[in-house]
Amino acid sequence: MDWYPLFNSLRIAAASSVIVFFLGILCAYYAARLPRTVKGVLDVILTLPMVLPPTVCGYLLLLLFGVKRPLGVFLSQFGIQLVMTWQGGILAASVVAFPLMYRTARGAFESFDQTLAYAGQTLGLSNTYIFWRVRMPACRQGILAGAVLAFARALGEYGATSMLIGYTPGKTATISTTVYQLWRTNDETGALRWVLVNLAISAVVLLAVNLLEDRRKGARP
Amino acid sequence: MSLLVDIQRRLGGFRLNVQFETRGGVLGLLGPSGCGKSMTLKCISGVERPDRGAIILDGETLFDSDRGVNLPPQRRRIGYLFQNYALFPNMTVRQNILCGLHSERDQTKRKTELEKAVRLCHLEGLEEHRPYQLSGGQQQRAALARILVNDPRILLLDEPFSALDSHLRDKLQMELRGLLARFGRDAVMVTHSRDEAYHMCSRIAVMESGRLLTVKDTKALFADPGSAAACLLTGCKNIVPARKAGAYEAEASGWGVRFQTIQPVRDDLKAIGIRAHSFNPMIGANAFPVEYLEEMEEPFERIIVFRYQNQRSDSPPLWWRLPKEHWMEPPLTVLGVRPEDVLLLYQ
Repeated sequence: MDWYPLFNSLRIAAASSVIVFFLGILCAYYAARLPRTVKGVLDVILTLPMVLPPTVCGYLLLLLFGVKRPLGVFLSQFGIQLVMTWQGGILAASVVAFPLMYRTARGAFESFDQTLAYAGQTLGLSNTYIFWRVRMPACRQGILAGAVLAFARALGEYGATSMLIGYTPGKTATISTTVYQLWRTNDETGALRWVLVNLAISAVVLLAVNLLEDRRKGARP
Repeated sequence: MSLLVDIQRRLGGFRLNVQFETRGGVLGLLGPSGCGKSMTLKCISGVERPDRGAIILDGETLFDSDRGVNLPPQRRRIGYLFQNYALFPNMTVRQNILCGLHSERDQTKRKTELEKAVRLCHLEGLEEHRPYQLSGGQQQRAALARILVNDPRILLLDEPFSALDSHLRDKLQMELRGLLARFGRDAVMVTHSRDEAYHMCSRIAVMESGRLLTVKDTKALFADPGSAAACLLTGCKNIVPARKAGAYEAEASGWGVRFQTIQPVRDDLKAIGIRAHSFNPMIGANAFPVEYLEEMEEPFERIIVFRYQNQRSDSPPLWWRLPKEHWMEPPLTVLGVRPEDVLLLYQ
């Protein structure tokens, strides 16, 4: 059995999770402090990929990053090509998974007790220290939940990925595209094998999250 | 040690405009909820920015809109005790206190300072507890320890007792007063409770809807509140519109009842205040016929609601509060007030 789709899926999901984690936190942190109207508009734009069909997202990405499209041409000057490459999978998964991270993190930041930050400031703690050692731990539940959802979504991404990077065995194949390809070519056992692999990964991820939560429960009543 | 505050801030339809100066000891900001007390503390500490004005602490300008000075809260060295104490929930008591010692690099000094604060605030044995494992009083002491190790120049206390059960309050007020005295720093305390203000503060500034009505020594404020709003906040139940009737005489408007006073009455008299416990049937001075309406029983006192006979029935009735052992059966016919207990209210 060729394990390439597993490896490819994991690296795409991992890379896009990292990107989405920081980008989502950044956007959520600043969005939580914006005035209401601006926040409303920004919210619609940032959440759109969650409600659009993934194929539509993929189509829009092709419009922007296609080989002859402005951003595609621009990036090709630096030797970067996102269409039909596994790196493009990171873009597709990031776009689709971003709203999950952004929205859960924003909810966590909005329910954060601002007096904790004030207390830190009056004690002379730097804003960076307060952000990483007070705000983030206090919002840990929400941020962790967002990160897990984003990772799971990125791992299961199919629509936008197949639009942008297609299916090339040993190059752009991911678990989800492989399952579809194998099933389409009547390889039932092959498809089932990958389904089981996917189930196993998902179970392990969720189990790990639960264990992590149990262990850290001490910090909160 | 002196703090000079002269700030203005607009927030939606609300306008804050306060000027005051501390003169040592604890200054109380007394006012109803939403009058801008906490906003004032936030501006002093620097976590909120006033629109205009100046804040000067011991000659150092912390904020000055004209000169464009606005020190970040980190550089003001002001201790701020929040209403909910704002202990960091992810840290133990020890880690919380060490946050106040973050600028101290010398490890041995950190350790001794920490131990000193733990002793001073009676936190022995609680060092490894998390905030949620502490009682309200312990949380308050932990938050104070964290503030005191940071060596603030002045303390801001925001409703320090409102999160506590009422039976703990008196004890903790005494504790906090002792701590402040030992620490020897001035403080500004926000409260809406006249009892707390009276126990804790040497001077009191009365606030209402973003404005400062009066600043007085505590005893002087309770003896002579000066305005109807301040009088209400010091717990006076009976405030009656009145006008000047003579050099030492005030007339309750619409009743035709005249009250003798000890203080000379000014022309711009607006109302008089009589505390609920100032009435007495045995006093001959200012004695007037009254009509009994109803009563309410408290554990150790009784409240009797009554009206002067000439008082119009649509005006608010008066309250008399007396200890139970002094209780006498109705009919209640005459009540008097000593002239020195008639509070003259202007503005």
